[in-house]
Amino acid sequence: MKHCRSIDELGKEGLLRLLDSTDQMAEINRRPIPKVPALRGKTVVSLFFEDSTRTRLSFETAAKRLSAETMTFSVSTSSVNKGESLRDTVETITDMGVHAFVVRHKSAGVPWQIAQWTNASIINAGDGAHQHPTQALVDCYTVREAIGRHSLDGLNVTIVGDIKHSRVARSNIAAFTMLGARVTLVAPPTLLPPHTGQWPVQISHSLDEVLASTDVLYMLRLQSERMDQGLIPHLGEYGNRFGLTDVRAQRLQSSAVVMHPGPMNRGVEMHVDPADLPNSLIHKQVANGVSVRMAVLFDVLARGAEVNSLKEEVVA
Amino acid sequence: MNQVPNRASSKAVMSGPDVSRAISRIAHEIVERNHGAHNVVLIGLQRGGTWIADVLAERIAQIEPNLVVPNGSLDVSMHRDDIGLRPIVPGAISEIPFDINCAVVVLVDDVLYTGRTVRAALEGLNNFGRPRAVQLAVIVDRGHRELPIRPDFVGKNIPTQASDEVDVSADGVTITAVES
Repeated sequence: MKHCRSIDELGKEGLLRLLDSTDQMAEINRRPIPKVPALRGKTVVSLFFEDSTRTRLSFETAAKRLSAETMTFSVSTSSVNKGESLRDTVETITDMGVHAFVVRHKSAGVPWQIAQWTNASIINAGDGAHQHPTQALVDCYTVREAIGRHSLDGLNVTIVGDIKHSRVARSNIAAFTMLGARVTLVAPPTLLPPHTGQWPVQISHSLDEVLASTDVLYMLRLQSERMDQGLIPHLGEYGNRFGLTDVRAQRLQSSAVVMHPGPMNRGVEMHVDPADLPNSLIHKQVANGVSVRMAVLFDVLARGAEVNSLKEEVVA
Repeated sequence: MNQVPNRASSKAVMSGPDVSRAISRIAHEIVERNHGAHNVVLIGLQRGGTWIADVLAERIAQIEPNLVVPNGSLDVSMHRDDIGLRPIVPGAISEIPFDINCAVVVLVDDVLYTGRTVRAALEGLNNFGRPRAVQLAVIVDRGHRELPIRPDFVGKNIPTQASDEVDVSADGVTITAVES
């Protein structure tokens, strides 16, 4: 595949291929020296117009473990502050010879827009409230690992919180349902986007009603930085109704797992300390981030499309 | 006699029992060369070499009953020099659940051809440690080397055309001449 921009673009086949490939990358990460020469000579630039800790670091770590060169673009110290446009920035970086852009931007669709200005591959690390495909890959991989089987058939996934602003939710709904899970969204009406009727999901406004039947409880971060319209009356009230409290944690099935894409708002959507939850996958999600992003970088940058003439003979 | 005619045809060059006897002989040779199997570990190359390493481990256990020879596998696809030149083969997972530092590693594969897989394997091994020595066992050496690599233990030397396809399994070895 040339780009990794959305789960729909990947399709089920691409999703499964990347998840299988992640197993291989995870093995590399367990080695005493976790570095392979697979992407020698390739350059990956991370172009983050929004803040990030884990996504950016895990992409850069992933690139380094595959021996790719990495360049980091930091908006706050760049010519963007002198008024350089997105297009000029992308074309300037392209001129330096890069093979892949890892892009995060506050506007939906930027990865598709950029692809028209460069021949490099585009990996979407989050565009507005649209898509965050590598997070969905991380989450699917982590769930598969936790339940010990590849298919998520019949699994009840409950995604709780700020669906409206969440690219993670959109990518995860697509990916989890592709793998066979049933997804339920739990949020106050003001934090649901208007078009959820077309999504393959169930909607509930009460976390307590769905807790008992939940296999995967996926807590979203309340994105206060994107909230200027008074969508919730009070953080405390939101926490009481939609936060994961001790009482709610105890009502989960013993086999149910808890996930959060990070960063957490402690005391808002997370009242319990995840360290106290027996089935928290939150640290696993971070740990698997590097392996998943290695699989994505390898898939995008090591395509064998150009030359088929070597085929069988080099495999022997 | 083993020269394959240049036409599209399959030809059996070793039977199943032939392959089995070759593996038995190689097991004896490994034990002989290393004065026992103490400190020897087997690593089959994914995917064609792993079943052979499994059989070799059993045979060595029969020769040296008081010894368990550690047996792992290595996938070299991330170490190849032709990444991007060919479609990616879905990867198998390496499994080396033992320490290879100071061990004698016997790499096991089905066919030795250009030597590029073995080169990649030697590089991959570096990530796991520093073996005292590395030896190479293959069922078929079909020639056409592109690197200065030679096997230590060979089931059978079989001259081939570069366009031939060689298939090794427990049922035997066949060569298919592919018309170009």
